[in-house]
Amino acid sequence: MEIPLAKKMEMLRFLLLARRFEESLTELCKIEGKIPGMMILCTGQEAVGAGVCAALQPTDAIITNHRSHSHLLAKGADPNALMAEIFCKRTGCNKGKSGTLHLAVPEVNAPCTTTVVGGGPPIAVGRAFAQQYRKEQSVTVCFVGDGATNEGSFHEAVNLASVWHLPVIFVCENNMYAGAQRHEEHTKAENIADRAAGYAIPGVVVDGNDTLAVYRSAMEARARALAGEGPTLIEYKTYRWRGHGEADPQIYQPKEEIAAWQARCPIPKLRGDMLADGSISTEALKALEAQIDALVQEAIRFAEESPYPEPHEALEDVFA
Amino acid sequence: MQQLGMGQAVNQALREEMTRDPDVFVAGEGVGVGIHDNPMFPTAGLIDAFGPERIRDTPVSEAAIAGLAVGASEAGLKPVVEIMFNPFFTLASDMIVNHAAKLRYLSGGKSSFPLVVRMKSGAGIGAGCQHSHNLEAWAAHCPGLKVVMPGTPADAKGLLKSAIRDPNPVIFIEDMLLYFAPGPVPDEEYLIPIGPADIKRPGKDVTVVTWSKMLGVAFKAAEQLAQEGVEMEIVDLRTLVPLDKETILNSVRKTGRLVVLHEATRTGGFAGEVAAVVMEGAFDSLKAPLRRVTGPDIPVPASPPLERFYIPDEQQLIAAIKEIM
Ligand SMILES: Cc1ncc(C[n+]2csc(CCOP(=O)(O)OP(=O)(O)O)c2C)c(N)n1
Repeated sequence: MEIPLAKKMEMLRFLLLARRFEESLTELCKIEGKIPGMMILCTGQEAVGAGVCAALQPTDAIITNHRSHSHLLAKGADPNALMAEIFCKRTGCNKGKSGTLHLAVPEVNAPCTTTVVGGGPPIAVGRAFAQQYRKEQSVTVCFVGDGATNEGSFHEAVNLASVWHLPVIFVCENNMYAGAQRHEEHTKAENIADRAAGYAIPGVVVDGNDTLAVYRSAMEARARALAGEGPTLIEYKTYRWRGHGEADPQIYQPKEEIAAWQARCPIPKLRGDMLADGSISTEALKALEAQIDALVQEAIRFAEESPYPEPHEALEDVFA
Repeated sequence: MQQLGMGQAVNQALREEMTRDPDVFVAGEGVGVGIHDNPMFPTAGLIDAFGPERIRDTPVSEAAIAGLAVGASEAGLKPVVEIMFNPFFTLASDMIVNHAAKLRYLSGGKSSFPLVVRMKSGAGIGAGCQHSHNLEAWAAHCPGLKVVMPGTPADAKGLLKSAIRDPNPVIFIEDMLLYFAPGPVPDEEYLIPIGPADIKRPGKDVTVVTWSKMLGVAFKAAEQLAQEGVEMEIVDLRTLVPLDKETILNSVRKTGRLVVLHEATRTGGFAGEVAAVVMEGAFDSLKAPLRRVTGPDIPVPASPPLERFYIPDEQQLIAAIKEIM
């Protein structure tokens, strides 16, 4: 599959954006009182969000989870509104109701981000059912972690999607850990994708740090879904550089393991490929990086200067 | 006396009971090796003391965790399982509500299910409504479940030890902010029975019935009101089921006034039950209508000013009391 230059540029852009965005959050959340609550980042895993979302159209939906920043950015969410929500400000995409954990961005068809592990798959089934019911040419992607595939809800959802041939792509971002548990401590199957066999749908294992491979596999699953052939389970093998959250001292993650995966960072790989095949020049790359930097700085400025919601606004938005 | 946070007190109770009874085991997500390395947390260090046979880290599978407790307890083990946050009770609830609570009854009293489900609860952690949602009234609404919600570290320790020895399923709810609020805990071993409420502060003018973290709010309000000559009696329920109606009624008969204070949302909250008990049993003693001070009927929002708005505070309690004085 020949990947158009514009697509490659889009993916590189979102890789860099997610990385800068979250590196800033790592620093910001060290400042007492700056950002409330937990801080859960996907540093090192950005190729999954960038590659999958590049394969989608604006009418396609994504349902994501607690580790959502790169998915949402790559789906086109406004960095200012995301950052402001992470800061719990009134100008945030959810008016401070959500904070960082459940960022909902229906404007870009990312309507339900849930931090209840396993909450996403059944909702994705419903979203895909609506697409099938209305005969839309669109699909729903559900992002889950490896750990989430041990919730009963995951299995009920995949089964139903399979039986009804729903246009859904279950994306399992296997970052090798669920909380402090390594893959082999919580799941005997060597590949999460092996679980697809139980539902008679394709289960695919892909290098989750190879952005272009991610893109290709998502394109294939999307084509399959649109052809009425039903869901695909894609497992992207990747790695969580940071702890589960920023407060996690990572006592259970070997330092050498982290270093080995950092050496396989998705950014230099795509950047290197693009420089090598001439898709981007060194100058253009520099310009892009500066542009991303400015974008993130602007998002932080916007978030910092925005007001908090007024207390009584807590009462709004419960019912339609 | 030792000063412990509630998590440390829970930790001591677990250690003592595991040492006493080899049938006691602990299971849950991250109860052995976790993403926190904090001595204030309830399961800190247990795996080093008791090993992975008895401290069982599970996959992210709440239905299986709760079901594990149901099946193992019927076989005579004493499971203490952890559901990480109160909202995830929903994922475990089939096993707890339809099974733990009902199977003894369905067996005509032949089987029993001596299990404890510990859950972390409470607003104030800035994580939003999928991590903070006080659901104690749900559990209390299911016959067959005992529901314990301590407000001090000492109560938590004594009540958890009783819960582990109880032949019934016990839902044990710990407010996370109390992990970081140390209080005195007796050095010698002790039990606190499940059932009796505790009068944490005697007073003659108004009864405040409360539990868990709101106990602290009641104390703050009591201090302030005392300066104005109003003496509040604080009844800490500690246990919602079984409910100590006598202590509530006796207090209201004495003071003639009642305010029920809880962090959970208002509609369908347990304050309604307490109010009904008082209307049925001490209506004649009431000098004024009773009042409820509770969280508003909204999910817990993440943003700090919104979350503060959600959590009942001493000013709201004082205002409610002044309305009926
Ligand atoms: C139902 C439920 N149980 C437990 C948790 C706590 N929790 C949050 S993330 C997580 C680990 C999830 O692992 P995985 O699905 O592999 O995703 P990852 O965090 O690795 O991205 C856990 C246990 C939760 N949020 N929801």
